[in-house]
Amino acid sequence: MAATTRTVTGLTSTTKDGVGASPRRPDGTLKVTGEFAYSSDMWMEDMLWGATLRSPHPHAEIRGIDVTGALEVPGVHAVLTHEDVPGEKRYGLEFQDQPVLAFGKVRYKGEPVAVVAADHPETARRAMERIRVDYAVLEPVTDSRRAAMDPDCPPVHEAGSLPEHPEFNQRGNRLRHQPIRTGAFAEAAGAAAREGAVLERLRSEAAVVVSSEYEVGMQDQAFLGPESGMAVPAEDGGVDLYVATQWLHVDQRQIAPALGLPQDKVRLTLAGVGGAFGAREDLSMQIHACLLALRTGRPVKFVYNREESFYGHVHRHPAKMRYEHGASSDGRLLYATAEVVVDGGAYASATPAVVGVASSLGIGPYEVPNVLVDAYGVYTNNPPCGAMRGFGAVQACFAYESQMDRLAAELGMHPVDLRIKNALSQGSRIITGQEIDMPLPMAEMLQRCRDLPMPPERGALPDPGDLRTLPGGVAGTTRGEGVVRGVGYGVGLKNLCFSEGFDDYSTARVRLEVVAGEPVVMVHTAAAEVGQGLVTVKGQIARTELGVEKVVIHPSDTQVGSAGSSSASRQTYMTGGAVRTACASVRAAVFALARERGLVPGDLPDTDLALAGGKVVSATAGALVSLADLLGEAAQGGVVVEETREFHHRPTEMLDPLLGQGASHTQFGMCVHRAVVDVDVDLGLVKVVALDAVQDVGKVMHPQQLAGQIQGGSAQGLGLALMEEILVEDGVIRNPSFTDYLIPTILDTPPMRIEVLEHPDPHAPYGLRGAGEPPTLSSTPAVVAAVRAATGRPLTHAPVRPEDIVGIDL
Amino acid sequence: MEFLSPSTLEEALEAKSAHPDGLPIMGGTDVMVELNFDKRRPAALIDLTRIPELAEWGAEDGCTRLGAGVPYTRIIEHLSAAAPALAKASRSVASPQIRNRGTVGGNLGGASPAGEAHPPLLATDAVIELASVRGRRRVPAREFYLSFRTTARRDDELITAVLLPEPSGPQQFAKIGTRNAMVIAVTSFSLALDAERRTVGTGLGSAGPTPLRAEAAEEFLAGEFDWEGGAPLPEAAVRRFGELVAAASRPIDDQRGSAGYRRHALSVMARRALSWSVTDYRKEATRCA
Repeated sequence: MAATTRTVTGLTSTTKDGVGASPRRPDGTLKVTGEFAYSSDMWMEDMLWGATLRSPHPHAEIRGIDVTGALEVPGVHAVLTHEDVPGEKRYGLEFQDQPVLAFGKVRYKGEPVAVVAADHPETARRAMERIRVDYAVLEPVTDSRRAAMDPDCPPVHEAGSLPEHPEFNQRGNRLRHQPIRTGAFAEAAGAAAREGAVLERLRSEAAVVVSSEYEVGMQDQAFLGPESGMAVPAEDGGVDLYVATQWLHVDQRQIAPALGLPQDKVRLTLAGVGGAFGAREDLSMQIHACLLALRTGRPVKFVYNREESFYGHVHRHPAKMRYEHGASSDGRLLYATAEVVVDGGAYASATPAVVGVASSLGIGPYEVPNVLVDAYGVYTNNPPCGAMRGFGAVQACFAYESQMDRLAAELGMHPVDLRIKNALSQGSRIITGQEIDMPLPMAEMLQRCRDLPMPPERGALPDPGDLRTLPGGVAGTTRGEGVVRGVGYGVGLKNLCFSEGFDDYSTARVRLEVVAGEPVVMVHTAAAEVGQGLVTVKGQIARTELGVEKVVIHPSDTQVGSAGSSSASRQTYMTGGAVRTACASVRAAVFALARERGLVPGDLPDTDLALAGGKVVSATAGALVSLADLLGEAAQGGVVVEETREFHHRPTEMLDPLLGQGASHTQFGMCVHRAVVDVDVDLGLVKVVALDAVQDVGKVMHPQQLAGQIQGGSAQGLGLALMEEILVEDGVIRNPSFTDYLIPTILDTPPMRIEVLEHPDPHAPYGLRGAGEPPTLSSTPAVVAAVRAATGRPLTHAPVRPEDIVGIDL
Repeated sequence: MEFLSPSTLEEALEAKSAHPDGLPIMGGTDVMVELNFDKRRPAALIDLTRIPELAEWGAEDGCTRLGAGVPYTRIIEHLSAAAPALAKASRSVASPQIRNRGTVGGNLGGASPAGEAHPPLLATDAVIELASVRGRRRVPAREFYLSFRTTARRDDELITAVLLPEPSGPQQFAKIGTRNAMVIAVTSFSLALDAERRTVGTGLGSAGPTPLRAEAAEEFLAGEFDWEGGAPLPEAAVRRFGELVAAASRPIDDQRGSAGYRRHALSVMARRALSWSVTDYRKEATRCA
């Protein structure tokens, strides 16, 4: 199939508001005018406000909880502790290890201990302060490497701490250890001494060897809309929950058992979501609100404030990594070893899956014949970590790309040439043995990225004295003194859709009917619109597949089958695929009806038919009948065609526990970045001048939204490169605010030149590839590489701190 | 919580006298954050936004009298000649929205060592005007900051104005932040050369428990500087000035930066501010000649 390359601004479409066009978002006007109702805006006359009492300690035994004082506060309707949880007392995405409300122990600072409902949020907070909890403070486990390696490290979860799983946590604090062994390492696998001997031999064969330790800090998703939602008790004894989440059905699956209710008594509807990026995969206030609503018989609303939000959701796993690469003198990689420890914090969340990604993609998109990877995910008493855009691949990418730059420097090669020399392509196998059975034009992408025009030199700017163009900005720290320019590259490989044997699917219900003489399509899924624009794409697919202009998007809720999570860059693929499949069934039903009515000449097969312009048309016989005539007005007994379909992607496999082999991933995505930075080398301040990208997306579904995804992912990676880190000391977050947790502003975010390639993936609907995550991987190492180029410093910690650039020991 | 909304200064002073623990509020960019996060719960809020006098500025006895309630945006627009260092500092405050609301009076009331206005006020030897039902008094900025978030203002007093001396030489301000806009100072520095009095002023932000001066650096530079012709200083003198500025700081390690980095950055900013000042001074001298 021929691939096309276009710049994002030059894209056009032939189908009005169909696939490939850039129709406006249905919720766009409301959002820009401030009228869109986010989950925190919900209101009911008789509602109560919830508040959460959280642990002040990272690790402590709970000796007693006294709620008497809180209950005495006028206006308080309920105060609940773990004793009031009627069903399962723990929940979790992968392991059911997280208490709904703490009992026995608290394992991180900020862990919910009790919840209050009152007629005013202030009253709820005041009452909360009167709950007395008797803690016996314990030493926190905060060193993730110690948690992974030291058998004497105290366990965060004692063996047997899940009564129904007495085997739980036999491995101490290790949640998952995933080894990968290939080539000579595979032959020696399992015996440390033999593996060591193999490594020694490979070292002696390599012309150059580079090794280093790297760290990636704990990044926050920094969504703008804090955790919020409202639970409304129902007459049938159940509860209706309106909430901002990423996956309604996985919430339902965890909430209902805690409430002791059957699944169908817990109905969820998606409320307006103010960003997600992985942080809404885990539950926050969902069960608490439902418990209070069922107890009080009143609607209960929760809204976390910004500080509480830092404790209310999981973050990106901080990683400690040791890498070694050996290459021949012509730059060909001979071997690579990696030890990756990701800190899962107090509860498992998505840690095991993150380890699965960090290990399988741990060496990146390179051909390496001998590989030894050990990836660990551990429990500590640090804040829990889980899903965030890039999901384990981000951390590894920073390390392996830094290694590529060191190798190139050692060899005197251009960093792009070294990468091209070892690039994967279609037909290659990654280190798990999985074949890349879709286009992967990595060498071409790198070449294109290098060839993109460079931004003007400082001297060529219209006003080189404009402070906004200088590191430090309008704070005026330099007028050009100490400013050095650097250029760096990064490339990353990301798995798209869910991996490792998960039966990943989405469901769509599509209805076609005639209303007021016009055919109208209704699309109903449970997919979470989190800002990414799926709500637009669903409509585009329905228009393209059914040839109807008017599409209504039904609110997302649990009255239709699961759509899976709005994560892993998967919704356009999966829910898009489900909508397309359901549309195809609707279309087939319409054709059958037309045949039944004798409107289709007998010798015309379905493949000759299409729906276009509100009509059934034949390629050979032209327009056959309008949908309005064929179906008739729905309100007057006309035909309503409705189909519900599931869409599953092809099955994947678990990685085997010894060698880490298996076709664990559904699809691969790639982005390449080139960063150009100006660094004030005396003060350690950085201005990113350009951050240009080349990404292959298989098929551009919505050019404008795609540009937004690539720009946003690039900016999020820039943030991780230069400023975004939750600082945790002894288990305590030191900067739980947007005052001290910095994310890039418009003055930190450069113009971005974006080139999009469309090599279709034959396995995916429309040939598309998930697009949201890949840019988040590669922009971080590209920016850090550019800062290294400007400063000559090793810079092994992301984000880079001014102290690192100027060389001051902390 | 009581909410008082006086419409004249007299009413405001009476309110403050009656509620010495009442918290004045102007733009609310500091006060509201503390209230929203439940870090502070004053018995009364005294809203000063309706008092015209506080929002005015103008010339007065060779100074610029800046009402305590003039937002930073106005200072940037109107006072970049009359108060260059303060105008530069104002430009580095937060975001446009906050600059539209935030005031120098609020900065002085909160007295955070990170407040952008303090280093320029120290460097330029500005004077703070305080008022109460007992009358008005003036306190030099250099005597205003007593200890961490504690100032010379008495409980019944309101900050009504700042008196900014007419510039008689170059003024600089620079602030370190780990992003290029909307950031609280990791540390900041202001320098003012007074050609008439042949004195040097400095101000250091986020460099200790209070805004600080580097007096030894001021004296050193006043002695070394060529006040006649503004000749460039020898490299060793520039370096020494930077060292003396850094030595005057008493920084801590915190989430925004390390003490070591702050000292280093102060010395770099001091050297740069000095070199910019020499350039400006020579330009000025050439123009006058």
